[in-house]
Amino acid sequence: MGYYLEFEKPIEELELKIEELKRLSDGKDIDITAEIKRLEKKAKDLRSDIFNNLSRWQKTQLARHPDRPYTLDYISMIAEDFVELHGDRMFADDPAIVGGLGKINGTSVMLIGHQKGRGVKERIKRNFGQPHPEGYRKALRLMKLAEKFKKIIVTFIDTPGAYPGIGAEERGQAEAIARNLMEMSRLRTPIISIVIGEGGSGGAIAIGVADRLYMLEHSVYSVISPEGCASILWRKNGDLKTEDFSRAADALKLTAQDLLGFKVIHDIIPEPLGGAHRDPEGAAKNIKDTISKAIEELKTKMPGKLIEERYRRLRKIGAFLNGTQT
Amino acid sequence: MAWFKRTKDHGLKTVKIPEGLWVKCDSCKEIIYKKEIDRNLKVCPKCNYHFRINANERVKLLADEGTFTEINPDITSADPLQFKDSMSYAERLKDNQKKSGLKEAVISGKAKINGHDVVLVIMDFAFMGGSMGSAVGEKIVRAAELALEEKIPLIAVSSSGGARMQEGIYSLMQMAKVSAAIGKLKDAAVPYISVISDPTFGGVTASFAMLGDIIIAEPRSLIGFAGPRVIEQTIKQQLPDNFQRAEFLLEHGLIDMIVERKDMKATLAKLIEHLKGA
Ligand SMILES: [Zn+2]
Repeated sequence: MGYYLEFEKPIEELELKIEELKRLSDGKDIDITAEIKRLEKKAKDLRSDIFNNLSRWQKTQLARHPDRPYTLDYISMIAEDFVELHGDRMFADDPAIVGGLGKINGTSVMLIGHQKGRGVKERIKRNFGQPHPEGYRKALRLMKLAEKFKKIIVTFIDTPGAYPGIGAEERGQAEAIARNLMEMSRLRTPIISIVIGEGGSGGAIAIGVADRLYMLEHSVYSVISPEGCASILWRKNGDLKTEDFSRAADALKLTAQDLLGFKVIHDIIPEPLGGAHRDPEGAAKNIKDTISKAIEELKTKMPGKLIEERYRRLRKIGAFLNGTQT
Repeated sequence: MAWFKRTKDHGLKTVKIPEGLWVKCDSCKEIIYKKEIDRNLKVCPKCNYHFRINANERVKLLADEGTFTEINPDITSADPLQFKDSMSYAERLKDNQKKSGLKEAVISGKAKINGHDVVLVIMDFAFMGGSMGSAVGEKIVRAAELALEEKIPLIAVSSSGGARMQEGIYSLMQMAKVSAAIGKLKDAAVPYISVISDPTFGGVTASFAMLGDIIIAEPRSLIGFAGPRVIEQTIKQQLPDNFQRAEFLLEHGLIDMIVERKDMKATLAKLIEHLKGA
């Protein structure tokens, strides 16, 4: 059994009861079988009830769910012949960003993404998915490789943010992110980006300048975390509580549904009922379908037109007033 | 994330020159006659500490007298998220407009520097910590587009706590938008010089400020991605001396040079001559 968030607990209880009954039943007791059926339906209804009414803060927690599939999980489910490539050729290989070549529907593409770890040891190794500059530089190196060999780029976004540390500053965290933003805006090959979990600010967008930007149904993407936002706004009033994070998440409007409403993303990729972690294969299939469709749309575009459209799309994002007109 | 915290905390404490005749230097703690500091371009005559200056003072410092013509003066922030904390974002904007005398955290325009045509972009930390939202992003992009159209250098002076939280994802997207506009200048070989002043952090450092063909910083300016307090909390260690100061960035190869305020204009002019000339 996996990990259950607070709001998943009622589902967990039901599932435990069902399992218990299944263990007791030898399949011949009609009463028990009927009861199992009844409880299974109840669990399904409960799940759809809970998951159709998630708050923004609950979605944030879901986006960070420890059982949620990560970049390498999706790559293994959607790509064949994946070959991971390492290093920025300057300083180090950053395990918080992974990348390499793989085939989707027979076409070789460059797959790049933030990588979180599962279990204490791997979490530390992956630095909780918080890259150093060399991670971004590795990503850019692989993207340039893709451009050279005319491969489509697919990126998976899933990070709390770029790592705030001494080494990261010494080696130019800001420069690495800035360069990626600029270079991605003019790479002469299609870029497809998908927020699969947490889209944490500059550290996320640094691999997210794309021709097509999608978000999984229960992912979030924001300029600052709800905790960071709450801390700036309300820390002076004393210790922060869950309601503060919840209020901050509502103020930031950071869900896939919010961002589709703002026309910042192209589409939402549906997750199986209960979230991607309850059915990783189902989530992976939806991701693969979306990528396949995007590849079909983008693969025949001439590079010049492609980057012109990419620029125009970025150029339009913003909400400002100009004198009296908006 | 969390770039904003610093605007309020010890790492970047606001250096205000109080009204009155005498001023205590924030760096050497000497009490100095205010007029002496003003005459010295708001640089401490005892220790060379560069006090923060506002956007208009910066224009006077860099542009030939009477040559600055502002562009897009009426672009201001909307409130796409209807963001509200103790005060609504709309009220906060009005408040900052009143306090700073500016409409937004950046002014832009055409000017001459020792006779050379340039497009100038100047941020002002006094307006919401110089934070970058949609209006700031749009003004920077339009300035870059003007530089591109007229094939004249773009000079951007930054001073910012980072992206503007109150505009959420729109602010984050401005990082990509301004970086893409700078990319167009590179393709056309139009010079772009980034001047970084104290303090510059987060989404501004991680976009146009670090993308200059040439990057200059004022002495001792605090410059970085993450704020010192966030880093300290994360690593639970004391930060080294000079951490994230201009001198630290120079030592680590992240900027081209440190230039004192009094030499900034002449340095820019010399660089423009080199880049544009034969
Ligand atoms: Zn002094």
